[in-house]
Amino acid sequence: MTISHLLSARAARNVHVVRATRSAKLSAVVLAAAAAVLAALPFLVFSTVTDTLINLFVLIALASMWNLLAGFGGLVSVGQQAYIGIGAYSLVALADLGVQPYLAVPLAALTCAVFALPTSWLAFRLRGDYFAVGTWVIAEVYRLLVVRVDSLGGASGKSLSGLSGIDATLRGALTYWIALALALATIAGCYLLLRGRLGLSLMAVRDEETAAASAGIDVRRAKLLVYLVSAAGCGAAGGVITLSSLSVNPDSIFSVQWSAYMIFIVVIGGIGFIEGPLIGALIFFALQQLLADFGSWYLVLLGVVGIVAALRLPRGLWGLVPGPSLFPIGYLVRRSDGPA
Amino acid sequence: MAPLLRLDGVAKSFGQVVVARDLSLSVEPGEALGIVGPNGAGKSSLFAMISGDLRPDGGTVWLDGRDVTGAAPHARTRAGIGRTFQVPRPFGHLTVFENVLVCAHQGAGLRGRQAQAHAMGVLERVGLAELANTPAGRLALLQRKRLEVARAVGTGPRLLLLDEVAGGLTEPEVAELVAVVRELHAGGLGVVWIEHVVHALVKTVGRMICLAGGDVVADGEPLRVLADQRVRELYLGAGPEAGAEEGS
Ligand SMILES: Nc1ncnc2c1ncn2[C@@H]1O[C@H](COP(=O)(O)OP(=O)(O)OP(=O)(O)O)[C@@H](O)[C@H]1O
Ligand SMILES: [Mg+2]
Repeated sequence: MTISHLLSARAARNVHVVRATRSAKLSAVVLAAAAAVLAALPFLVFSTVTDTLINLFVLIALASMWNLLAGFGGLVSVGQQAYIGIGAYSLVALADLGVQPYLAVPLAALTCAVFALPTSWLAFRLRGDYFAVGTWVIAEVYRLLVVRVDSLGGASGKSLSGLSGIDATLRGALTYWIALALALATIAGCYLLLRGRLGLSLMAVRDEETAAASAGIDVRRAKLLVYLVSAAGCGAAGGVITLSSLSVNPDSIFSVQWSAYMIFIVVIGGIGFIEGPLIGALIFFALQQLLADFGSWYLVLLGVVGIVAALRLPRGLWGLVPGPSLFPIGYLVRRSDGPA
Repeated sequence: MAPLLRLDGVAKSFGQVVVARDLSLSVEPGEALGIVGPNGAGKSSLFAMISGDLRPDGGTVWLDGRDVTGAAPHARTRAGIGRTFQVPRPFGHLTVFENVLVCAHQGAGLRGRQAQAHAMGVLERVGLAELANTPAGRLALLQRKRLEVARAVGTGPRLLLLDEVAGGLTEPEVAELVAVVRELHAGGLGVVWIEHVVHALVKTVGRMICLAGGDVVADGEPLRVLADQRVRELYLGAGPEAGAEEGS
């Protein structure tokens, strides 16, 4: 390519492109330390604490997956509970077949990706609001199908087998570690995915689909990939939820409430920022703990907070934070205007 | 050698509005072709059919002797067609540099440092290097137009489609743009340029066509096309330059 050589030879000399700033490296160390402390918690605190934290980790994972889908892929879904449900039921079914339930979590994720492929053929025919509503309908259809399978417990659900031999304390700790690993893996996965060439394409697709195609991006493939990753992540989360509750109920696991939580968390925390789901999940979790005694007022208050955040903080709480990103995925050009 | 681009009997209408009526056209490798025509003549629609954004009702589009009529836009970009949009469509949340970098990755197939150097080279050439770290959504219209050119060139094309990129520029800016396009053309790039600012075209292209009502009404050496009676009538007797204000 002569043109390319012509142009780049001129520029390459005095341009320097940076990805991670020094403060980002520092924050990586801080995050790793926080993760180490969290990993040690089962040895330090009562299991009531770690059991509640499992909820937080699941929320972080789910919100990260929704943020990846909607905030970076532009696919605003209200139907990710389909994959939470399929993941949960896969875990139960695999455990029935004799697979160790902890080891079944990645398999549940894989199963969701397999289901997500044909589902995407249907869902991707819809755009915008229709896509949102369509994904919800698809989740409902999956629930109705699952309820019809007697071996999965029908409408009353099913309990998880294969864990009865393990001591309850150890079981709690193992589930806690898996939940923590899931939360860390979703954050790290989002970061690595978005930092690469694919992530840049994805954000281009989100911003301007027609122009993205003209840039040479296979728009459909980019969307499909993010949809599959998000389905797998939600499926793993569904598996962890089941490990924690030891049973699955079709109405609650396929509930649209999961979507409401994910959207709330991401909107509060900051859509389109990897940090957003983290901040949002912490706040949501705190509100849940604080307001749990207020009964149905709790939901009203959550709703009010959500609406205020959506109206007042279009970029969420993380959007208010000045300074560099904890997870730098962009490119910073530094030019030294020395002699050319 | 097969022509770089060949349209064969391309037809398209939106209801009653005919934007292409049995249109045939070819562009040789390294040729620079100018397109003029009144508003609504179907010029931008023609680009959209070449780039794959708009499906023709009939006819064939060939690139390098290969039938690309059924190919998706991203495949045509990778095959060597780089286009700009008349109404700019930046990736608003990405920086100017990232806007071009993604084209270098996906369109030109470059990676790593090579892609970065290419993107930066393009930005320097079109005069956007100072704004490399600015989110594209914050650019003013004229800078957005420059970014359109930068992205199209960023895909590493062999055929560059420019749609009214000079409209609204000051005279020195037009001269700068002409210099850029001439340099790209001299580097071997085929160029098709839709423009109401006709004097910019005359300085750049070797051949010109005039489109109106979905037909090619004149085709040939630029000054002769502009002197053509039918072309002058289409521009209300004032010559194409008069259309420049409305056209931008
Ligand atoms: N998607 C569409 N649906 C319906 N009509 C369309 C569509 N796109 C273009 N048209 C119509 O087709 C005609 C040609 O449009 P086009 O944009 O190709 O013109 P143009 O020659 O580029 O004009 P201009 O100089 O104003 O840019 C116009 O009348 C326009 O309204
Ligand atoms: Mg036009």
